[in-house]
Amino acid sequence: MDQEFLTDLYRKMLRIRRFEEEAARLYTERKIGGFLHLYIGQEAVAVGALSVLEQKDAVITAYRCHGHYLARGGSTRAGMAELLGKATGCAKGRGGSMHFYDTSLNFMGGWGIIGAQIPVAAGMAFSQVYKNEGGVVLCFLGDGAINIGPFHEGLSLAALWNLPVVYIIENNYFAMGTPLEKTSVTEDLSVRALGYPMARDTVDGHDVFKVRDAVFRAVKNARETGKPTLIEAKTYRYRGHSMADPGTYRTKDDVEAWRKRDPIATLGDKLDALNLKSLREQIDEEIETEVQDAVKFAEESPYPDPSTAMDYTYA
Amino acid sequence: MREIAIRDALKEAMTEEMVRDERVFLVGEEVGAYNGAYKCSKGMLDKFGAKRVIDAPIAENGFAGFGIGAAMTGLRPIVEFMTFNFSLIAIDQILNTAAKARLMSAGQLQCPIVFRGAGGAAFQLGAQHANSFEGFYAYTPGLIVIAPSTPYDMKGLLKSAIRNDNPVVFFESELTYSLKGPVPEEEYLLPIGKADIKKEGKDVTLISWSKNVFLTLQVAEELEKMNISAEVIDLRTLRPLDEEAILKSVAKTNRVVVIQEQHEVASYGAYLSHLISTKAFDHLDAPVEVVSSLEAPMPYSKALEVVILPSKDKCIEAVKRVLR
Repeated sequence: MDQEFLTDLYRKMLRIRRFEEEAARLYTERKIGGFLHLYIGQEAVAVGALSVLEQKDAVITAYRCHGHYLARGGSTRAGMAELLGKATGCAKGRGGSMHFYDTSLNFMGGWGIIGAQIPVAAGMAFSQVYKNEGGVVLCFLGDGAINIGPFHEGLSLAALWNLPVVYIIENNYFAMGTPLEKTSVTEDLSVRALGYPMARDTVDGHDVFKVRDAVFRAVKNARETGKPTLIEAKTYRYRGHSMADPGTYRTKDDVEAWRKRDPIATLGDKLDALNLKSLREQIDEEIETEVQDAVKFAEESPYPDPSTAMDYTYA
Repeated sequence: MREIAIRDALKEAMTEEMVRDERVFLVGEEVGAYNGAYKCSKGMLDKFGAKRVIDAPIAENGFAGFGIGAAMTGLRPIVEFMTFNFSLIAIDQILNTAAKARLMSAGQLQCPIVFRGAGGAAFQLGAQHANSFEGFYAYTPGLIVIAPSTPYDMKGLLKSAIRNDNPVVFFESELTYSLKGPVPEEEYLLPIGKADIKKEGKDVTLISWSKNVFLTLQVAEELEKMNISAEVIDLRTLRPLDEEAILKSVAKTNRVVVIQEQHEVASYGAYLSHLISTKAFDHLDAPVEVVSSLEAPMPYSKALEVVILPSKDKCIEAVKRVLR
């Protein structure tokens, strides 16, 4: 594999990891308010999936959205500033953690209501077809979204109308504190695709290369046939559902089992084994500098002017 | 001037806008092959084809969200709800996705979408099909809410709604799709957020919207026979509200009766009463009366439905009370 490609994947995953760790720290210092849902452990899914996209493709996800935003090329500074509610944030302080946006990168958010993004993604894919530019949509959702109405309605329409959307279930085995066995009869979630029907796939979400391959196949299929796919990526979040969740529903051993195969550490070891250790260490340093710079930028940025509190309500 | 029915006025509005702007499309149940549940889109599938007139399966949250996704990515959808009773399935998409997208994204996203369909009671449809939900939408910052009465207003405001870059909720009525009225042949637009004085008067201001404007005009006619000169304001738009038109009228008449089909509690009419009581306090010679449907789900029987709904008699009694 291409050296530049490998180091790029490593850099992107590490950037997300360090961004999230700094965000957690700032949250405990009360510099971030509201809810904070960390993507720590799931980096290989966003990075692997988005690595196959072109500029014209669109990405939409739920509220655990920092990783997708950064993987799409979102500014680290603007992301950190958004968490702190500053005017320099990617949504000028209007969105916060759950609502990151950068439409110049076709990163379409950042949505707080479980499942609502699923039919919205179908509509975005319809636009791609209407404009006839060959673009596709990646729509991420969690295992917690598989039972809600819009999951069924959105997938139904995507299959019925042949919409080029790739739905990716990031199955991290817990919907907040509820384990998968309490929300699904089957451990296999992609089987739900058969009802619509649409193509499906299952992939180890901790392996950035396997994720990339699976999404590449689904995206190619969407571009060539216009049809949707449902991919289940099996992954794990090392932290709780949000910063407010101590995660007592799992044991340290459960988490350790996934951490042992950590995608960033694994890829780092692989780079070292390819005699790229000093390059890898350099990336580590660069990311550290980048993230600390982002924190400083965010802390020093101004809050939005109070007189603008109602801006953007209407066109 | 020619007279055409509301369903045809709506069809003309949608057709003209779809000819003018290729980004506009229509999606909803039965809008295509069936020619529209109420024939508001008759012939449009033939004219525009299946890419732009889309028959949806029964999945309101799905096709409302679908419309919103299309709107966020450069298209201008018209989403038809067969009736707004069914819009509750989609209400999360309308209130939480469409209405909030622009602000949450600090202006990066826009939702130029129109949700249109029939609202309110129609003869004996029963409780689940008789709801007046305009209050839920009028409550929501980020939405525009339009509720016209006449064919002329329907056409001009639907065209404006389609051209507007905000999400619009547009209320029609099953009972008036066949109602005819003068509509010019030449193209025209009507301004969103401007009420219309349907009848001038000096003794009492009657405020209404949607099909209840016709009831209100009948009440005004009865009142004329009693030598009471009523001014009838048709709000046309509920959000943003034309406060200036209301306050100007109240300053003239000093007495107000709001006539609505909603239940009084937590209703739009209750908001109007509050607004007028605070902003026109010095002009009022009586409390604001709000004639509403009674606080019960709508029963089926003809004998009972008429008891629940506002009526000419109830309105006249309310006017007498404010004139005491």
